[in-house]
Amino acid sequence: MCLLKKINALEPLWWSLFGAGGMVAAFLLPAHIFIQGIAIPLGWVSPDMFNYSSLIGIVGNPIVKIYLFFMIILPLYHAAHRIRLTLEDLRIEWLNHILPLIFYGGATGLTVVTLIVLIRI
Amino acid sequence: MGEEITLNITRYNPDKDGKYTTQRYSIPYKNDWSILDALNYVKAELDGSLTYRWSCRMAVCGSCGMMVNGTPRLTCSTYLNEFYPKEITIEPLANFPVIRDLVVDINDFMAKLKSAKPWIIRKNKRDEDDTSKEYLQTTGQMDKYYQQTLCINCTLCYAACPVYGLHPDFLGPAVIALGHRYNKDSRDEGKADRREVLASEHGVWKCTVVGDCTEVCPKHVDPSAAIQRTKVDSAINWFFSFLTGRK
Ligand code: SF4
Ligand code: FES
Repeated sequence: MCLLKKINALEPLWWSLFGAGGMVAAFLLPAHIFIQGIAIPLGWVSPDMFNYSSLIGIVGNPIVKIYLFFMIILPLYHAAHRIRLTLEDLRIEWLNHILPLIFYGGATGLTVVTLIVLIRI
Repeated sequence: MGEEITLNITRYNPDKDGKYTTQRYSIPYKNDWSILDALNYVKAELDGSLTYRWSCRMAVCGSCGMMVNGTPRLTCSTYLNEFYPKEITIEPLANFPVIRDLVVDINDFMAKLKSAKPWIIRKNKRDEDDTSKEYLQTTGQMDKYYQQTLCINCTLCYAACPVYGLHPDFLGPAVIALGHRYNKDSRDEGKADRREVLASEHGVWKCTVVGDCTEVCPKHVDPSAAIQRTKVDSAINWFFSFLTGRK
């Protein structure tokens, strides 16, 4: 329970990540979804520009890596915070006690995975 | 017989049976009557035992709040013509304990309001007593907090807030909005004093940005925005003290 108290005391941190993640999810992700998810598969942009070798070159750039890092992890915290609050409002008492652990822990775990993957590229 | 309108009013008397019942009253319909006028008619002509609060009849005192067809409203500025010919259901404000009929107990709100210190605090206590001193303010400085000064403590926002309904410890919309009002006042120096209450676990972080408080507020105080701004202030302060090790 002590760990849980510590997690709850970090509320300003979770909220800031939540807020920043909301901005990313609202403004950046749609652009990426549009380009990678719609425009390229439908052939609106030349697939040659986005083949493996040119993409790996772009992603290898440290500035792009930093960009990708935040673009991936911030929405994770956004989702974690939002789902946690929604589930807490459902008032399943025993669940409420482990929710912060599951969600912020999960987001932090995936942050580490993101970091490792980006470093290894 | 002229036109009539039906009111369904919640009755509750802890001294009698302590049961909530709904009583129907048919009253004459007058186009320019407020709900409060209608209640006064019921009390004067049909049932003297009906109990409710009111005072100013002009949306200033904040005492006549009730649930009107499920929404928290000031009954002195809500008119029958908005609903006629449909029936109107009048219940005590949600999320508060009921004392009798349409009267709720707002002691919890009053205690929380005091805890947020909604008054001007000066670091030098002598400033507070010294009435000869002037504190000039520009229009721009006043603009920063003016909107929140309009709060009349009607507690409609508490009746609308689902978070307050679930967590009665939550400070709630109006109290945070009023704390914010003094934090933003250029004459005030009490931000740190208020922080321990506003940024506590029962403070701003409990808010999940539902926004119903802002929707029902009869004075357009926009408590929801005030809460979000207080969150930003608290988060900045938190990072700052985290980095500098300052408490
Ligand atoms: S913020 Fe608005 S709804 Fe809430 S108590 Fe003040 S005036 Fe009433
Ligand atoms: S009677 Fe004063 S606000 Fe309605």
